[in-house]
Amino acid sequence: MADIVLDKVTKAYPDGTVAVQEFNLEIADGEFVILVGPSGCGKSTTLNMIAGLEDITSGELRIDGERVNDKAPRDRDIAMVFQSYALYPNMTVRENMAFPLKLAKLPKEEIERKVEEAAKVLELTALLDRKPANLSGGQRQRVAMGRAIVRSPKAFLMDEPLSNLDAKLRVQMRTVVSRLQKRLGTTTVYVTHDQTEAMTLGDRVVIMRGGAIQQVGEPQELYDHPRNLFVAGFIGSPSMNFLVASASEGRLRTALGNLPLSDRVRQSLESSDASRDLIVGIRPEHFEDATLIEDSIRQRGVEFEATADLVESMGSDKYVYFTVEGEKASAAELEELAADVGSTDLPASGSNLVCRFSAESPVREGDTARVWINLDKIHLFDPSDGRTITLHEGRSTGVTA
Amino acid sequence: MTASKWRWGLIDLVVIVFALVPVLWIASLSFKTPATITDGHFIPREWTLENYRNIFATDQFVRALVNSIGIGLIATVIAVVLGTMAAYAIARLDFPGKRLLIGISLLIAMFPQVSLVSPLFEIERSLGLFDTWPGLILPYVTFGLPLAIYTLSAFFRQIPWDLEKAAKMDGATQGEAFRRVIAPLAAPGVFTTAILVFIFCWNDFLFAISLTSTERSRTVPAALSFFQGASQFEDPTGAISAAAVVITVPIILFVLFFQRRIVSGLTSGAVKG
Repeated sequence: MADIVLDKVTKAYPDGTVAVQEFNLEIADGEFVILVGPSGCGKSTTLNMIAGLEDITSGELRIDGERVNDKAPRDRDIAMVFQSYALYPNMTVRENMAFPLKLAKLPKEEIERKVEEAAKVLELTALLDRKPANLSGGQRQRVAMGRAIVRSPKAFLMDEPLSNLDAKLRVQMRTVVSRLQKRLGTTTVYVTHDQTEAMTLGDRVVIMRGGAIQQVGEPQELYDHPRNLFVAGFIGSPSMNFLVASASEGRLRTALGNLPLSDRVRQSLESSDASRDLIVGIRPEHFEDATLIEDSIRQRGVEFEATADLVESMGSDKYVYFTVEGEKASAAELEELAADVGSTDLPASGSNLVCRFSAESPVREGDTARVWINLDKIHLFDPSDGRTITLHEGRSTGVTA
Repeated sequence: MTASKWRWGLIDLVVIVFALVPVLWIASLSFKTPATITDGHFIPREWTLENYRNIFATDQFVRALVNSIGIGLIATVIAVVLGTMAAYAIARLDFPGKRLLIGISLLIAMFPQVSLVSPLFEIERSLGLFDTWPGLILPYVTFGLPLAIYTLSAFFRQIPWDLEKAAKMDGATQGEAFRRVIAPLAAPGVFTTAILVFIFCWNDFLFAISLTSTERSRTVPAALSFFQGASQFEDPTGAISAAAVVITVPIILFVLFFQRRIVSGLTSGAVKG
C-alpha cells in the first residue's frame, strides 16, 4: 500500500500531440480515486503512465515517496485490471492467478495458498481449473481482479474494468469492486467514462477533459458545485439543463421567463466581470410539478407553464420533457459533451428541458403543466470560458436560503 | 435453398475431382507392372509393389530423400526462427525502416525466381557452395522468410496486446512475457508457417535442379528427373510414380497431423468473447 503522487506529469507524443498536460494529483494511501472523462481526454494515458506502460514525457511520478518515472512496470509493484481482462487463454484460472506469484518466485505452497485465498474472496474456487474461454464475462472479470489482488500490490489500477459487462452485471460488479477495495484498503486508481460509476465508486473523482484536470473532489461536491460548464454537464444523469440567459436589472431573462436573482448571485455577478450573456444550468431534480409544492418552499422558486412533450415514468420518479423556444445554449464545453454522447446531429428546435418530477405528479403527455424551479439550486456560467459564476469560494451561492 | 446447396455441391465435386484425379492416377501408375503401365486402366489390372521396392533399393532415391528432408527441415527452422522475431517486431514495434523492411520482403516474395538461377549458379560456384546443402538452404531461407514474416505477423497481430501489457504488470520481463505468454499463443501460427515453408522447400524443383549436380545434395524432385529404368529400354514411369507418391505422403500426413493446431481458435477467451 502506498500513496501515489503525480507532479506536473505530461505526456506528449513525437508528432506533437499532448495527451496529458501538467497533471497534478496526490492520491492518499488507501484512497479510491476515479479518473473520468469523455473518450480521448487522456485518462487511460494517465493510468498507463502510472502503470509504466507509457513513458512520462515530463514531470514526476512518485509511488510511496519514491520516484518511479524510469522504473519498469514490474518494478513498481502495482497490479492492473484491463478493460479486455487480458487473461492468458492458454492457462487455467488457477494458473492465471498464480502467474504473478510464479514470476515473483514464491514457494509453491505459498502460491497455492494465496490463489485459494483470492479465489475464495471472489467466489472463483469452483472455477479454478477452467480455461478463460469457458467462463462468462462476469467470471472472466473476477479472474482478472483475482490476478490483481493475489499478490497484494502497492496499488490497483483499473482501466474501465466493467465496461464489457452487461448493464445489470455492471451494477452488481460495481458493489463487488467497491467492497473489495474497502476490505483490502489498497490505493486504487480507476478509469471510466461512465459518470455513474465515477459517482458511486470513488472517494474522490477527477474529471478530465482534453488532457487536463477540470475538477477534483468528492462525488457530491462535484455534483453540487461544479467548477465549470463541462463538469456540470458531465456529472449527473439525466444531465443538467442549460439555457441561454441574460442578466439585467437584477433579473435573469430566460426562455422560461424572468428569474429573480438572489443577492448572492447578484454579488458574484457584479464581482466577476462576466458579460451580460450567461448560461443558466438547472438540474432535472430542481424542477417540480408546481401543484405538489408546499407553500412554505414555493417562494424559493418561480413557476412557469409549458406543454409536456414526453413523460417517462421510472416508477420512483417521472422524467418530463419540455421544448423551450429560443436560442440553444452553446459553448465549446457543451458541444464537446454532446459530441461524446453522439447527440450533435439530433434535430432539435429550441432546447430540450428534462425535469424530474415526483411520481405523484399527474402530468401526462400533451398536458400543459405548471413547473416550479428551485432558484436556490441554479448555476450560472460564463459562456466565453465555461467558468461557473455562482461558485463562491469553492461553494455555489444561494444554497442555504 | 436446396437448389443452391446442390449447385455448390456440384461445384465442390468438380473441384475435388479436378484436383485429385491426377494424384490418384500417379498412385495408380505406381502400383502397375511395367507390362500394364500403358494399358490406360485407372484401376491396375495387376497390382505390384515392385516399383516401390526398386526405388528404395537404389541409393539414388534414398539419398535424395535424405537430402530433401535434411535441407527442408534446416531451411524451415532457420526461416521460422528468423521470421518469428521479425514478425513480432513488425506487429508490435514502430521502428525506422519498418515499411522498407516489409516492402523488401514483399519484393523478394514476388521476385521471379527463374531470373535468379543463373546469377546464383555463378555465385555459388565461386563461393564453393554449389552442390552442397548450404547451397540450397540459403535460397530456400531467402524465399521462405518473406512467407514466414507475412504469415506470422498476421498471427501476432491477432494476439491482443493487452496480454503482453498484463504480463509486464504481473512482473514479467519483456523476454518472459514473450516466452510464457506470447509464444504459446503464437504456436499455431508458427506451426502453420513451418508447414508452409517446409512444403515450399520440399516442392522446389528449380533451385534443386540448377544448384546441384550430384547425389550429394540433389533433392527428390530433382532426382526424379534423373530416374532411369532398370535397363536402357525400360520406361521409368512406374518408378517415377512411386517416388512421387512417396514424397507426397509426408506432406499429406504433415497437414493432417497439424490441422488441429492450424486452427486459430486458441486465443479465444483472452479478451471479451
